[in-house]
Amino acid sequence: MALDKTEYSMSAAEKMSNGAVGRNKNGVRVDRLDGHVHQNGSVKKEKRRPFIESFEKIPLLTAATTFIGFHLILLMGYITSIIFTPKVAREKNRKGYVPLYDRFESFYSRYVYRRLRDCWNIPICSCPGSEVTLKDRVTHDCGWTFEYTGTRSTALNLGSYNYLGFAQAEGSCSEDSAVKIKELGCATASPRIEFGTQKIHQELEALTAKFVGMEDAITFGMGFATNALNLPSIVSKGCLVVSDEKNHASLILGLRLSGATIDVFKHNNMESLRQVLHSAVIKGQPRSHRPWKKILIVVEGVYSMEGSIVRLPEILELKRQYKAYLYVDEAHSIGAIGRNGRGVVDYFGVDPKEVDILMGTYTKSFGSAGGYIAGSKAFIDHMRVNSHANCYATSMSSSCAQQIISSMKIIMGMDGTNEGKKRINQLARNSRYFRRRLNQMGIITIGNNDSPVVPMMVYMHSKIASVVRRLKTNNIAVVGVGFPATPLMEGRIRFCLSAAHTKEQLDNALVHVEEAADFLGLRYSRKRRSKEPVHYSDSESEVE
Amino acid sequence: MVSMDMFHELFESLNALQNAPTYHLLFEAGLIAWLMWLLFRPSYNPHDRERLTRREEQELIDEWTPEPLVPATPQDSRALHPRIVSGKVGKYIQIGERNCLNLGTNNYLGMIENPEIEKSALECLSHYGVGSCGPRGFYGTTEVHLDLEDKLAEYMKCEEAVVYSYGFSTIASAIPAYAKRSDVIFVDEMVNFAIQKGLDASRSQINYFKHNDMEDLERLLMEQADLDRKNPKKAKRTRRFLVAEGIYMNTGLMAPLPKLLELREKYKLRFFLDEAISFGTIGKTGHGLTEHFNIDPSEIDMISGSLENSIGSIGGFCVGSHFIIEHQRLSGLGYCFSASAPPLLMAAAITALDIMQRDPSIFQTLRDNSTFIHSQLSSQLPSDLRVHGHPESVIKHIRLANPSGDKVADEQLLNEIVDKCEEAGLALTTAAYLSDREVNLPEPSIRVTVNALLSKNEIEFAVKTLKNCAESVFKIQL
Repeated sequence: MALDKTEYSMSAAEKMSNGAVGRNKNGVRVDRLDGHVHQNGSVKKEKRRPFIESFEKIPLLTAATTFIGFHLILLMGYITSIIFTPKVAREKNRKGYVPLYDRFESFYSRYVYRRLRDCWNIPICSCPGSEVTLKDRVTHDCGWTFEYTGTRSTALNLGSYNYLGFAQAEGSCSEDSAVKIKELGCATASPRIEFGTQKIHQELEALTAKFVGMEDAITFGMGFATNALNLPSIVSKGCLVVSDEKNHASLILGLRLSGATIDVFKHNNMESLRQVLHSAVIKGQPRSHRPWKKILIVVEGVYSMEGSIVRLPEILELKRQYKAYLYVDEAHSIGAIGRNGRGVVDYFGVDPKEVDILMGTYTKSFGSAGGYIAGSKAFIDHMRVNSHANCYATSMSSSCAQQIISSMKIIMGMDGTNEGKKRINQLARNSRYFRRRLNQMGIITIGNNDSPVVPMMVYMHSKIASVVRRLKTNNIAVVGVGFPATPLMEGRIRFCLSAAHTKEQLDNALVHVEEAADFLGLRYSRKRRSKEPVHYSDSESEVE
Repeated sequence: MVSMDMFHELFESLNALQNAPTYHLLFEAGLIAWLMWLLFRPSYNPHDRERLTRREEQELIDEWTPEPLVPATPQDSRALHPRIVSGKVGKYIQIGERNCLNLGTNNYLGMIENPEIEKSALECLSHYGVGSCGPRGFYGTTEVHLDLEDKLAEYMKCEEAVVYSYGFSTIASAIPAYAKRSDVIFVDEMVNFAIQKGLDASRSQINYFKHNDMEDLERLLMEQADLDRKNPKKAKRTRRFLVAEGIYMNTGLMAPLPKLLELREKYKLRFFLDEAISFGTIGKTGHGLTEHFNIDPSEIDMISGSLENSIGSIGGFCVGSHFIIEHQRLSGLGYCFSASAPPLLMAAAITALDIMQRDPSIFQTLRDNSTFIHSQLSSQLPSDLRVHGHPESVIKHIRLANPSGDKVADEQLLNEIVDKCEEAGLALTTAAYLSDREVNLPEPSIRVTVNALLSKNEIEFAVKTLKNCAESVFKIQL
């Protein structure tokens, strides 16, 4: 299954004809996606870095061992569950009821996930900055229960989404937030539409609209809910949604709640998207063959598990061709990519107004919480009246709103310094340097070279845990992702880079990653590696 | 013998073949080829004729005009002109120039303005910063989250608690974590919108029973039992759930918990109770409906609550046995796939819980205020208006005694009263609904919320103001 997918990325790369394909070897694509003609007719001719996205194929032997390994774990689980009485929490007082959980589901969480449970949900006791303090815990019964040892350890934080390093307990942003808590309180206990609208919410919306380059914006207290509770107000029955297969759970939930028909296209594959759109417009709705009311393309800016960047210029072209609307979820791209940190539109030098709906969250780059939707004034007016969250959910906390306003102003340079620009450049440098170094080690990383999310492929279930544990003992905190969050054979370690990381910190991490790669055999890549040392300053020259 | 004959015949015909003239052989070969072609030619496909040419396809694409992204929005909609509140949304609120007594927000215990809570939030801010920068699984769990979960579990006398970062997403995520496509959910028709979305997401079969009508519920349960008897194989896989609210947001009425539990046991249902309103308001010490009816919380499979009302923070929680709650940590969408709540809001919630535990007299005050305002409203309001809700409920709905049937017009009328009250220094709001989205749109109402900070005089002022404003509006109407 996983093999097919990686094969697809190879063949898709070969098939693709849009954009000038520069090099095409081992699944690597080098395209030049140019900023295109603006509405006023002027062409932005900027010299653009190549768009390099790589999905290297899993080596056949690794695929086989991963597959066998996974089933071995399942088999061991079954044996364990038979031989030893499981210490499972049982339901009391519910005899004769239909079992609450699927058998496989509970088996999987008890006998597969439980053995690796120590790799997730590690509590922290500090601000998730470039370093984070972990609360130590031990398990004496193979992951059934944990016990806190009372000690703490500090680790380099490569796990949090702190792209621009605004997760800070001190500094101007949190000071401003403190002032607002004193002035406005923590919460309003009322939805926006009743008594939950304070001046700060309006200020935040105006600033966000300005930042993303749209006419207006509306904000919500939770990023997940921004997708889940607003998509139903945009599409409905009789509409078609064309959604990327790797879209986030919140988008999928929102679309499911909307009642619209959902068609999926292959991840970031423009030929697949074109085919779906083409047949949708021509064939209309299934059975009745009525034309669709409208077609909405839903994509993300940066995909958090794949580290890929959406092919926005090509999608815009298709959108025009087929008269579809476009919804871009910038949860991981706003602030994190683009010359000015303004997300994918900035990255490709596209006019933001060409995209119909820009959605994003404040959790990641701004070190706060919540989400926004930006678009034309008419669209946002519709959302203010019809959004579920605007009508029923509590408004955003003033402290969160102020944190966003302060950090956004820094990013925009409105604080009169070049602090924001510095952070953006630092993040871009860190991302490229780190990925390059990993590639040079012969480790397979997937996704785009410019993305701050760097997934390192380890494939095997047990290796996910081994890497996380090993790096943790070396005081590096990383995130491992495996089935069911990813396809069965695509277990990976995800590094999230931050502007707060220094070169020294990254070098230190790389030393330990290399050790782990040797110890666990992670040098899967069969690409030719360059022997030339990767300089941090190389990335620097690319930024400017 | 037979085989000998066959062999002989074969030999004879081969011989004949050799002697046959060439044109004959060619002719037969041709015949065979034609036969082959008839047999193996591509079959006639009527759809082939339907296949469009490239030009026809392009024409279709050119002809298609999608609907606009969104329809035009009437500019006079109230949602476009929300009241702007300056300062804290506390007991009194500043709307524009006016300072109004606030009976419109869900600040039941007055925690919003509590200096102790503010202090703990600020302390937490100076240690953790604002955001948590990650979901609970990926380094987004701070000590504060764990503390709050422990405290909530202890407070609600349950084994485990799980905290969400948004009140709305709590029950909306919890229901689909358990209920799946093949399951059946019995639910009160007046449940709040968050529950409705949870039901939608579960894709289960939903059976609505009449509001607080236990006979109707039992009727539905018996129907289901009949179905189950007819198809026992399917019944073995069909989980049955019961969902109700403690105090209904949309009506202010209280769920008949003992009867619900009786039916739960009789028909083997799993019972989810949403205590978004009743948590921290009902019961002698604010523990909610279970305390009010003196029922062991373990009788209820899962209780969900909100941190946005009586607690005065942001977020929500579910409590129950470890067996049930643990599941949400892997399957609650709003838990797994969302960034965790900002630690400072969790710290605020912890302090609020401490205050609730330290001084349970606050609940007595709240109850007194609720019943007092209920009796005042019942006796003082003009005959055109009627108060709805349980006397002890912190939420009262004031509805037109004789609704005209036109909900838009009725709401406008109520809004006029609300606007008049605001001018007279009383902040009230009509209950906001998305009228085309609710399963069962409630009659328009002015939603009065009570809080523990109100004095007797203030309540009398509020009721008098409401009465006078309503009378003046109705006079104009006549």
